[in-house]
Amino acid sequence: MAEGTPLFKVTIDNITIEVPAGTTILNAARQIGGEVTPPAMCYYSKLQGSGGKCRTCLVEVSKGSEKDPRPMPKLVASCRTTVMDGMEVKNITSPKVIDARAGIVEFLLLNHPLDCPICDQAGECHLQDLSYEHGKEGTRYEFQKRTFHKVDLGDKIQLHMTRCILCYRCVFVANQLTDNREHGILDRGDHSQIATFIQKNLHSDFIGNVIDVCPVGALTDKTFRFKNRVWFTKPVDAHRDCPTCSGQVQLWMRGDEVFRVTARKDQWGEVKDTTDGKPGWICNTCRFDKKHINDWVIEGPSKINRHSVIAQGHYEGLKKPDETMPKVMHGRNPKLLMDIHNVSEVNKTDIELSLIDGPATSKTFNHSEKNNA
Amino acid sequence: MGVKLLLEKAHVEGIRSYEVYRREGGYRSVEKALKTMSTDAIVEEVKKSGLRGRGGAGFPAGMKWSFIAKPEGVPRHLVCNADESEPGTFKDRYLMENIPHLLIEGLIVSSYALGSHDTYIYIRGEYAWIVDILENAIGEAKANGWLGKNILGTGFDCEIHVQRGAGAYICGEETALIESLEGKRGNPRLKPPFPAIKGLWERPTVVNNVETLASVVPIINLGGEEYAKIGVGRSTGTKLISACGNINKPGVYEIDMTISVEEFIYSDEYCGGIANGKRLKACIPGGSSVPILPANLLLKTAKGETRYMNYESLSDGGFATGSMLGSGGFIVLDEDQCVVKNTYTLARFYRHESCGQCSPCREGTGWMEKLLLRLENGQGKISDIDLLWDIQSKIEGNTICPLGDAAAWPVAAAIRHFRDEFEWHVTHAEEAQKRNFGLAHYADARQLVSA
Repeated sequence: MAEGTPLFKVTIDNITIEVPAGTTILNAARQIGGEVTPPAMCYYSKLQGSGGKCRTCLVEVSKGSEKDPRPMPKLVASCRTTVMDGMEVKNITSPKVIDARAGIVEFLLLNHPLDCPICDQAGECHLQDLSYEHGKEGTRYEFQKRTFHKVDLGDKIQLHMTRCILCYRCVFVANQLTDNREHGILDRGDHSQIATFIQKNLHSDFIGNVIDVCPVGALTDKTFRFKNRVWFTKPVDAHRDCPTCSGQVQLWMRGDEVFRVTARKDQWGEVKDTTDGKPGWICNTCRFDKKHINDWVIEGPSKINRHSVIAQGHYEGLKKPDETMPKVMHGRNPKLLMDIHNVSEVNKTDIELSLIDGPATSKTFNHSEKNNA
Repeated sequence: MGVKLLLEKAHVEGIRSYEVYRREGGYRSVEKALKTMSTDAIVEEVKKSGLRGRGGAGFPAGMKWSFIAKPEGVPRHLVCNADESEPGTFKDRYLMENIPHLLIEGLIVSSYALGSHDTYIYIRGEYAWIVDILENAIGEAKANGWLGKNILGTGFDCEIHVQRGAGAYICGEETALIESLEGKRGNPRLKPPFPAIKGLWERPTVVNNVETLASVVPIINLGGEEYAKIGVGRSTGTKLISACGNINKPGVYEIDMTISVEEFIYSDEYCGGIANGKRLKACIPGGSSVPILPANLLLKTAKGETRYMNYESLSDGGFATGSMLGSGGFIVLDEDQCVVKNTYTLARFYRHESCGQCSPCREGTGWMEKLLLRLENGQGKISDIDLLWDIQSKIEGNTICPLGDAAAWPVAAAIRHFRDEFEWHVTHAEEAQKRNFGLAHYADARQLVSA
């Protein structure tokens, strides 16, 4: 942001934050983080012009701005709507949004094959997360799903159009990262598809990044297909001296074996910036060809969100829960919870419970206290 | 006999040719506008006329024109939307086919008012022969000095280009039209920015319907105030209505928006009554995307007042009991028509025409079509009707462009007003394959609900 950009106050779900003018509602919400952040399936901050299509990030604008406090008549796509000063946005506090979002999830899953058990994306699939967090169980769709044949886009990338949610991210990648876009959207409506015209291979050195941006398992790495489940592999940050790209990658390893190489991802599942601040897209050589541990300089295990299934067995970045026991016990830290009774007024260890008639109540103890006294 | 402004001369012998058109008083408005009026005065005149966009949404045209950004050194464009693809609407075709010079004349004046030196007519691909008619008219206009460099010695340059679409309904949406005109896939853009700020090639652009632009001619000739006197309330001027369906005289009629719906359907001057002596069951008064109305709500509003053929009266009662004038595609259904089948046909259309860019419309339209087909074939369930209602409510308002709404409204209205016909298709599945539900109670006088 340039110097002197005015700061706008925006309130999202009653949390107020100041962001530079021109920020979108979604990015403002991402700065707040947590549940306030709307999900995004098609928006990708590193890709210009992306967003607005999947409609999962719809939010309600209950107050347009300080100057014009009228609410917006429809739900708006937060990824493409910029904030105004004094804007008030409702995301999870709006039943309208929750309802609409559940509807969108249902639409997205309508023609999705739900073949997660055999899908390589499972475990790191945004659609899985989305439907888990925002969808409803069960479907009301009773018709045959739309299907396509699997297509090889070259020898390294396979297109599984059946799983595609048409986020257009891969089209933007080809537009913005490569010299010549060789694939695009063919046809329209529910039969529209990602395709090359006709049956071509994708050539560009950076085209492998379409796999990283794909939110579902529509574009998969053929060098990794069916080799392993992502949650059995351990992500490790590594780099190499690459003449074409930054060479800063994530290796997905099991033992000493490198199963897969991807770009590093941030907490929104987007490609992370490299250490020198550029988007960390990686080249095809790094991604597909360097599958030996000797090719790489290992930096250490990647930080994985604790809630991700990939984090099973990884303790890096694990946030331990607060130790509440010493806090509530004024500094005492009992080894066993049974210990508590030592300080209870009710519990008198000198009373033989076996000698009392019937079950013991507090009365028994009070009596015995008097008796003892 | 109502006032006629657009089609007054449409049936003069040879009006397609420049000579006849000029002899009948054509291009007067160009002379008047370019020689005696400033650009702002023309915009002001259009504002005063109260002309509302004739493409369907009914947004005031003068207002739209005044929104156009005028950054220094950036060309502006006027685009004429001739991608008339709404089922039931064929008024622009009639106008362009019969009296093409009227559109060209309106375009020249509007281009002058908006400062557009390159004006485009985006015409749907299926109107292949009209492209020739328009290009011929443009050639004639150019040969006679109404187009090209330094028009009428005023220093104003203007060229009109005709661009054919490839026959996609979605390209009638203004931003999709602009994308298509730029040579890209016709996907609607996200708004804002609106075309008035960033339109064609990121330049300020105004997109107007054929009829809107043609109406500029009588506005300039008569003056905005005179024009506003025609019609009622905020429905000023005349409107072309393309009437079709089960009527005796389908065709394009110019009305001054003061006649009642009943008169429009039954008078001999217009539709001439329902064909074959049948009774009126329902009507879609403004092109396929507006809500369908049963006969009793069509002729009288929910308050019991007579319904007129104008923007306000047709939308009286909102979507609960009203509809819209829309683009003027007046589709009449007689007692032998099946509303379920009609709704299915429309849903099929919208499924086919959805661009597939945003998920509610892409997936929802297909789902609705499948459910409606099942109901129509007598394989439906009662719960399907509620499901349809739920789907349409999830589509409406949640999409990038109005196509989602346009797909949702007909289904919503059909269920709202004809729910018992849908239910009958489920409960009497076999019978529904053999005969239609018929008129039932749809023409009965409605019980007035006092406010």
